[in-house]
Amino acid sequence: MTAAAQTLNIIGLAREVYKGSPTTLCAGCGHNSITNHLIKALYEYGVPPHRLAKMSGIGCSSKTPAYFVDRAHGFNGLHGRMPSAATGAKLANRELMVLGISGDGDTASIGLGQYCHMIRRNVDITYIVENNGVYGLTKGQFSATADVGSTLKHGGTNAYTTIDVCGLAIELGATFVARSFSGDGKQLVPLLEAAFAHRGTAILDVISPCVTFNDHEGSTKSYAYVKEHDVLVNAPDFIPAGKEIVVDYEPGTVQEVELDDGSHLLLRKLDREYDATDRLGALRTIHESRTRGELVTGLLFVSGDEPDLCERERMPARPLRDYAEGELRLDRATFAKIAGGA
Amino acid sequence: MGNKAVNDFTIRVATVNGSGSQSSNLVLTNAIFRLGVPVAPKNVFPSNIEGLPTWYDIRATARGYRCRSRTIDLLVALDTATWTQDVASVRSGGAIVHESTYPVAGLTQRDDITYYAVPFTELAKTHVKDGAMRKYLTNMIYVGVLAELLRIPESTIEAALGAQFKSKPKAAAANLEAVRVGSAYAREHLPPLENIAIEPMTGATDELFFIDGNRAAALGCVMGGCTVSAWYPITPASSLCESFIALCEKYRVDPETGERKYAVVQAEDELAAVGMIIGAGWAGARAMTATSGPGISLMAEYVGYASFAEIPAVIFDVQRVGPSTGLPTRTMQGDLSFTYTLGHGDTKHPVLLPGTVEELYEDGMAALDLAERMQCPVFVLSDLDLGMNSWLTKPFAYPEKPFDRGKVLRAEDLSAQPDWGRYRDVDGDGIPYRTLPGTEHPAAGYFTRGTGHDEEAKYSENPEVWQRNLDRLARKHETARTLVPQPLCEETGRAIGILAYGSTHHAVVEARDLLREAGLETDYLRVRALPLAAEVAEFIDRHETVYVVEQNRDGQLFGILRNELLPEQIARLRSLRHYNGVSIDASAIVDPLLESRRELAHAGGARS
Repeated sequence: MTAAAQTLNIIGLAREVYKGSPTTLCAGCGHNSITNHLIKALYEYGVPPHRLAKMSGIGCSSKTPAYFVDRAHGFNGLHGRMPSAATGAKLANRELMVLGISGDGDTASIGLGQYCHMIRRNVDITYIVENNGVYGLTKGQFSATADVGSTLKHGGTNAYTTIDVCGLAIELGATFVARSFSGDGKQLVPLLEAAFAHRGTAILDVISPCVTFNDHEGSTKSYAYVKEHDVLVNAPDFIPAGKEIVVDYEPGTVQEVELDDGSHLLLRKLDREYDATDRLGALRTIHESRTRGELVTGLLFVSGDEPDLCERERMPARPLRDYAEGELRLDRATFAKIAGGA
Repeated sequence: MGNKAVNDFTIRVATVNGSGSQSSNLVLTNAIFRLGVPVAPKNVFPSNIEGLPTWYDIRATARGYRCRSRTIDLLVALDTATWTQDVASVRSGGAIVHESTYPVAGLTQRDDITYYAVPFTELAKTHVKDGAMRKYLTNMIYVGVLAELLRIPESTIEAALGAQFKSKPKAAAANLEAVRVGSAYAREHLPPLENIAIEPMTGATDELFFIDGNRAAALGCVMGGCTVSAWYPITPASSLCESFIALCEKYRVDPETGERKYAVVQAEDELAAVGMIIGAGWAGARAMTATSGPGISLMAEYVGYASFAEIPAVIFDVQRVGPSTGLPTRTMQGDLSFTYTLGHGDTKHPVLLPGTVEELYEDGMAALDLAERMQCPVFVLSDLDLGMNSWLTKPFAYPEKPFDRGKVLRAEDLSAQPDWGRYRDVDGDGIPYRTLPGTEHPAAGYFTRGTGHDEEAKYSENPEVWQRNLDRLARKHETARTLVPQPLCEETGRAIGILAYGSTHHAVVEARDLLREAGLETDYLRVRALPLAAEVAEFIDRHETVYVVEQNRDGQLFGILRNELLPEQIARLRSLRHYNGVSIDASAIVDPLLESRRELAHAGGARS
């Protein structure tokens, strides 16, 4: 291999192209790690920057689209209402690859309604929840994903049940649900690439410790807690179609999932019983791990045969935004029948 | 016993909601129209599916007025719950056709009207064998009674039935049977009507057709190239999006592949609906939503965002009565000031104010053009009266102009000009250039945000940058003044002017005729959009007194005028307001206006 071949991806772009403005988040923030993994995944997958639509809501997480792929269009919308804008963008131009970045407050509190309805419509989007269980930008209030009994840095114990965005998504009929950890690039990058390849809503709940407001004893989303309680259900490796990569997996412990673009996701099952195509099993796994105070990570559920919103709406392959007068207006005779004069 | 009303009367049908009287009323309306007599139907219905009182007014008007009349000449009383108040609503010299079991005694016994008792229930029992159809066909019996009393030929009724049941000839036949039951009864038992008559006319209805405003607006959206719509059901706006869907299903589906050249999503709420069309507008599709007041309240945050981030969107507001849930099935011009500045901070939007169904069609197209030209949300304010009633109108004009897609830089433009800035005012009109996501050029991308931003769309908290941007947006708003539909003016140098907008127009038309008959000539300017065109202030300058007529309590246009005009102009204005939920009629203008003239004359100095 030449040096040039090593630094360019399959569409001939350098990794630099996938970078963005310098981050303005706190040093050591889990969200910055996710951004770096995203840059790697977008570069490796060979996403054409002009086709990428980076969309987000409001919060620390939602600032991050400014920190990768400068060339792409970004849409930093309203708190909790990114899914609706993403839905509209996809309807206008289904050739766009929509990447939604949200947080736990943005998704599980103010945006829970739009999150649910995006999932039930199976909008073709990669939707990342950068989940730290705390409101960072407003300086440390509980979010709805905070665990019962977890404490705040400045005092206060959460008395209310947690919303598990993965469990909820699976219940709502989501077609791709995964959970990972911001510090685990080896697991997260292939999951991201698998999410890009998935047609339909791909939910990625990424536990991302808040170093300022939620990385302390008593938080279940701190580095120390997660490292201690993280249970891998499978260690995925992803192979984009046409790219030959030797996969690091143990023969006999691999589960193969075919994705919509023809590429294959290979799952290494650490738990021999785990089947990522079993919706009920996934729900049980999430419930059981939570009961044990553990975090289950990996590809929790995937289903490749559900039509996405654009298919259900029988939209043409050509973006709707490109249609012109002659294709959209009624002809004169038809018009006259409706508008008088016939 | 009152004057004889020839081709100038109102029939009021009082029934119970859910009894299926709509078809009967439409057949009657259509039959009168077929005799060449202009007719204006108004449905006054409850927020209920079944069981509450509902009224349908059919106004025959040789002079072609389109507004409601307060004078009821002929009542069809089929609701025992409203019997007493319905009797009171009839003008002196009028007539009542009523179910014969209703008591005519005490309050319901008037000696200045004629009663026509008809045993509707009995007739239906005897003649309609199908029990399931009996209640519904009872309504066709009153059509027969009225046809006989008004001497509408059976062939005309038959033609109207044929139009009503186009695809169901069997239903048309069953309905005609019921009509005949009514006309036969009337022929045998009822004396002729003396004070109300229809005489066939020629020339008054040539080429005219019926359409409701919501369908007209939907047609405007189809012809204006709208491809994406998202909506949440709400009275009285639902039928706008439903009409859009129906038109698209019929005319925008590829017959071979089944592919649809449109996408419509029924959203989870109005904020999601407007979010979807803003996302679509950002990505370059023409998109619209339709709602009413409560939905507008919910949309506020995204509309403010789209205004500041400069994203096209078209929002129809089919206004109903507020505040709060208010009267969902009644009409009001209540959202003018709310939509004009919807959003927190310094936010202003173009608001189109169609006054007719034809303008709803035209403004549907104009709003889609304007939203892309201006890169902002554009409101189109309809109301329940315009949106849900059937209106007689002349045929709509086929659009001859191409779409105006506004200032969009394509890849080839960017190659010539790679250092473009998303929010730079290159042309001095306040409108910047944009690129669409998906544009294959390294310089195409930018970051759309609701936070403070500079000309390059970069985040900025710099005070000068912020103010510069707000000033540009104000400049853009000034540009809108010249791009929105301009006022229509009827002026012959009179001292008194009338200023109105939207559906109030139709009452102004009749009111000006009545005022002329009372010896007062007026000029008239109809505002068709916000921001106000320069012509509005000029019109006010040319008149001694200008009456601002609108359908809300607080005088919302009056308030906007007071904000924008000079003190000496404001001093010429008088506010006339109608706000009881029922559409405005001419007397709601004539009476207070004449009263105001008397007061001003009494105070001295006013000429009339």
